[in-house]
Amino acid sequence: MMQHLPILQIIVPLLGAPLAALLRGRDLAWGLALLLTGVAFLISVVLFGQQKIAGEALIYELGGWPAPIGIVYVIDAASALVLPVVSGIAFVATIAARRLVEAEIDARDHALFYAAWLLTIAGMLGQVTTGDAFNIFVFLEISSLSAYALVAMGAGRDRRALPAAFNYLILGTVGATFYVIGLGLLYMLTGTLNLMDLSERLADVESTRAVFTALAFIALGLFLKMALFPLHFWLVPAYAHAPSAVSALMAATATKVSVYVLIRLIFGVFGIEFPGLADAVGLLILTLGIAGAFVGTLAAILETDLKKLFAQSSIAQLGYMAIGIGAMSATGLAAAFIHLFNHALMKGALFLAIGAIAAQAGRASMHTIEGAGRQIPITMTAILVGGLALIGVPLTAGFISKLYLIRALLEQDFWMLAGLTFISSALALAYVWKIIEAAWLKERPEDAPVLTESPVQYVPAWLMVVATIGFGIFSAPLVEAAYAAANVFIGGTR
Amino acid sequence: MSMLAGQWNYFLVIALMMIGFYTVIARGNMVKKMVGLTIFQTSVFMLYISMGKIANGTAPILTDAAQKAYANPLPHVLILTAIVVGVATTAVGYALIIRVYESYGTIEDDELIKIIEAEEDEGADA
Repeated sequence: MMQHLPILQIIVPLLGAPLAALLRGRDLAWGLALLLTGVAFLISVVLFGQQKIAGEALIYELGGWPAPIGIVYVIDAASALVLPVVSGIAFVATIAARRLVEAEIDARDHALFYAAWLLTIAGMLGQVTTGDAFNIFVFLEISSLSAYALVAMGAGRDRRALPAAFNYLILGTVGATFYVIGLGLLYMLTGTLNLMDLSERLADVESTRAVFTALAFIALGLFLKMALFPLHFWLVPAYAHAPSAVSALMAATATKVSVYVLIRLIFGVFGIEFPGLADAVGLLILTLGIAGAFVGTLAAILETDLKKLFAQSSIAQLGYMAIGIGAMSATGLAAAFIHLFNHALMKGALFLAIGAIAAQAGRASMHTIEGAGRQIPITMTAILVGGLALIGVPLTAGFISKLYLIRALLEQDFWMLAGLTFISSALALAYVWKIIEAAWLKERPEDAPVLTESPVQYVPAWLMVVATIGFGIFSAPLVEAAYAAANVFIGGTR
Repeated sequence: MSMLAGQWNYFLVIALMMIGFYTVIARGNMVKKMVGLTIFQTSVFMLYISMGKIANGTAPILTDAAQKAYANPLPHVLILTAIVVGVATTAVGYALIIRVYESYGTIEDDELIKIIEAEEDEGADA
């Protein structure tokens, strides 16, 4: 049983999906989803522990076929770190989903909603574990297709979800197809799809034009999936008009998994020694990252809808992860992993708290939360702490992210970039201040609907807020795990 | 010229790929976008399938006959999976188009943007 955990990690939610679709009665489907995401989270935590004790990559051979003939699942320090993020957020989001889904989705669609919900989680977990490049594509499409359906389910309350889901589908498919084109070229050159085998065989064909073309296609496809500026236009409408529970799950996990896949492909397959990677590709990712950080933050300042505001801020935060990748160093990668982890917690907390407001009021705009600081103090405080963490205020996890990011940049003497990172983080204060001003400094308008809060709504969000503060104060285990993850790809020292 | 003759299949694939990709980007009609997307995906299927084929190769079945060259079955198997994914994508895409048409009465990008912007302006005042 224990040695089969890597496959159970994916099978459990995957098989739960058709089961959930068959269940009638909305609480049954939710209960199943809660149980299975809980089991998935438990498995990820055990896998994390197993990997840490083993100190090396755990390889699971599907059907007993060894690599490179068979498909293997690889639990190394990097995947062991990302798995609990995805499954943990999925579990907490499922707890919160019950109320949000009841409020926002037609009762007869609930079973199908949870089926798609479990599928998208299974797809994301699969992308993280698999050691086969084509398998990544299949899981990518499993998670994306169900995500398109989930976003479209927002149509019951907000019909803009439909065109948003369609555009997401078009761009998502283009991104995935680009990835497959690049993979096809690599397969032609090497005759293998196993990631480790690929990286070994690439050494023979390193400087051919075909291999550079493959790198370009794969990187572009993944830039689209992770919503790196300027390929981010699908993200904001998709997150803003999706059902609140879906916004929370996707904002916290979907793009992070693509960031992870990008790291795995760029560093795990092509490798830091690959000609042109460290300078040309690194510079490109750095430039797009810093541009994304500014564009996202500035766009967030101008937004009045809270879901859109935090979706724009996600563009900026993904930019910071890209900066960590673009630094092309062990510290940079560790910073990217730290921020991936922390941002998942912050955005999960924020979107769950905002979702609780949107589910009641129909929407969550600056106008909706005017004076709400006194009416629903617990929910609003969760948003406040989440916002402060986004800026990178000390004692929150966001501070640790920024600390290591700036450290990685200074290590390579990128003084200006470090300065720009600092400035763009400080700019985030503007949109957080807008929320403080609306929620606490304004009186609640007389005609505004009365907002309420109950533990069912705010406990899931606060679980993540507490984790954000916890990892901000006791950051050592996370930092250690992130460096271990980075060392999978770049040998480096602490 | 010899390059064209020896690798004409890849040139065809790239031509199809660009036609499909251009249609996705340049057309505002959702159905046309989906058609472009399908052409784009199909070109990739052809890329994989034609790379598995060798001149004078037969089906990869083990027999006693002294056949030396076999087509590589793996890309074909991969593309079977990708075709299934493509069909699912197309189905979800057209389902969304139907829902958009029922809800908005149009499937033209520019008209949709106008309707959405008008609604958002109203929403901001409310």
